[in-house]
Amino acid sequence: MLIKRIIPCLDVNKGRVVKGINFLNLKDAGDPVEAALKYNKAGADEIVFLDITASYEKRKTIVDVVKKTAESVFIPLTVGGGIKSIKDMELLLFNGADKVSINTAAVKNPFLIKEGAKRFGSQCIVLAVDAKKKDKNKWEVFIYGGRENTHIDVIEWIKKAEDLGAGEILLTSMDADGTKEGYDIELTFRVSKSVKVPVIASGGAGNPEHMYKVLKYGCADAVLAASIFHYKEYSIKKVKEYLKNKKIPVRL
Amino acid sequence: MKNLVVINYGMGNLFSVFKAIRHLNIPVKISDKKKDIQNAAGLILPGVGAFKDAMNEIHKRKLFNIIKNEVEKGKPLLGICLGFQLLFTKSYEFGICSGFDFIKGNVVRFRKERKVPHMGWNSVKIINLRNRILKGIKNDTYFYFVHSYYVVPLEKKVVLTTTKYGRTEFVSAVEKLNIFGVQFHPEKSGENALLIYKNFYEISINNNKG
Repeated sequence: MLIKRIIPCLDVNKGRVVKGINFLNLKDAGDPVEAALKYNKAGADEIVFLDITASYEKRKTIVDVVKKTAESVFIPLTVGGGIKSIKDMELLLFNGADKVSINTAAVKNPFLIKEGAKRFGSQCIVLAVDAKKKDKNKWEVFIYGGRENTHIDVIEWIKKAEDLGAGEILLTSMDADGTKEGYDIELTFRVSKSVKVPVIASGGAGNPEHMYKVLKYGCADAVLAASIFHYKEYSIKKVKEYLKNKKIPVRL
Repeated sequence: MKNLVVINYGMGNLFSVFKAIRHLNIPVKISDKKKDIQNAAGLILPGVGAFKDAMNEIHKRKLFNIIKNEVEKGKPLLGICLGFQLLFTKSYEFGICSGFDFIKGNVVRFRKERKVPHMGWNSVKIINLRNRILKGIKNDTYFYFVHSYYVVPLEKKVVLTTTKYGRTEFVSAVEKLNIFGVQFHPEKSGENALLIYKNFYEISINNNKG
């Protein structure tokens, strides 16, 4: 039976893991390679690196992080943040990433999804979407790390991205992100039911029950979380044991 | 004569396969050269992507007969994911396309499942315990899968494991004499799964001695 995946996310700034609230107030949370090794040992099903380095010159640090991690971590590795071209994708994939996630660049140039899928296969191309609620049952796509509203409807966008060849959706609720009050279940449910590709729910994890709810009622295929793992509030094993008790299939 | 060769035909994940094998301190090379393939103790056919593109590349690089000759002479071959599917007679991915035909059978698409590709961790049920490639792997072990098509072998005795996805139970590993194949990615399934590469290396080395 296919299990639900638990994915720790590491936000990386200039080669260091950081964590903030609603994309603000970044705090240092350690070395990314060490953190990835630790999560691998702890039973993570995949690892996501999100590079939030603003300056272009320092962006190659993420390639080194990926390269070092891939030497000794043998689970799928996704890298996102600032990827703008096929060349950017290739550099990461050839250095050990298994998937790349694209967000702003895909909105600016949807053809990038198609080109990437054609070149590397759909399974390599993850579409990351930052969604913010507008009205009841309506969410809008934000880009540039949540700073710019595109006014594009989330459901329309993910359907289009799936047609273009996106192999997976990494869905972040901007309203929930960093609050630790739970994932946006309604949003996740709508997105999951609108596409055939797997959906990773992100934003708002504060405890294992939140994960249970979004997997069960939001129909997510995987959950992503950052701070509850970084600050050792819950171990991956504890989360999985909790989910198993609630009859959610996990890998233990 | 002691190294493994990961066959480079320009597709997918050969670097992660290479890194995983090197991590075990097993001598390994990525190559598409005739000489390297002929001198290898064992061959690994990796791959992600589409069946037809892969076969086209293999023919374009003139690898088809080189690989076929070596395998028919008894050299061990391990196919991973798409490389596993290429071992079979033909695939129905974007029209019909012929594979290596080392094992009789077809490659077909998941039809009954809502979510395709089958992506993520799933377990294997070991059907045939008397096999060499899965030595040390327990029943119900989880592996990482990413695929939209699956194999249907005509020869049932080659089946080592099956895996259930929704309502479909498909073949996830095979062994036939010197030919081995797994649908999942051992190089992405955690440290323990690397045992499969270690087993394959031992099979290759012993094959050469004999």
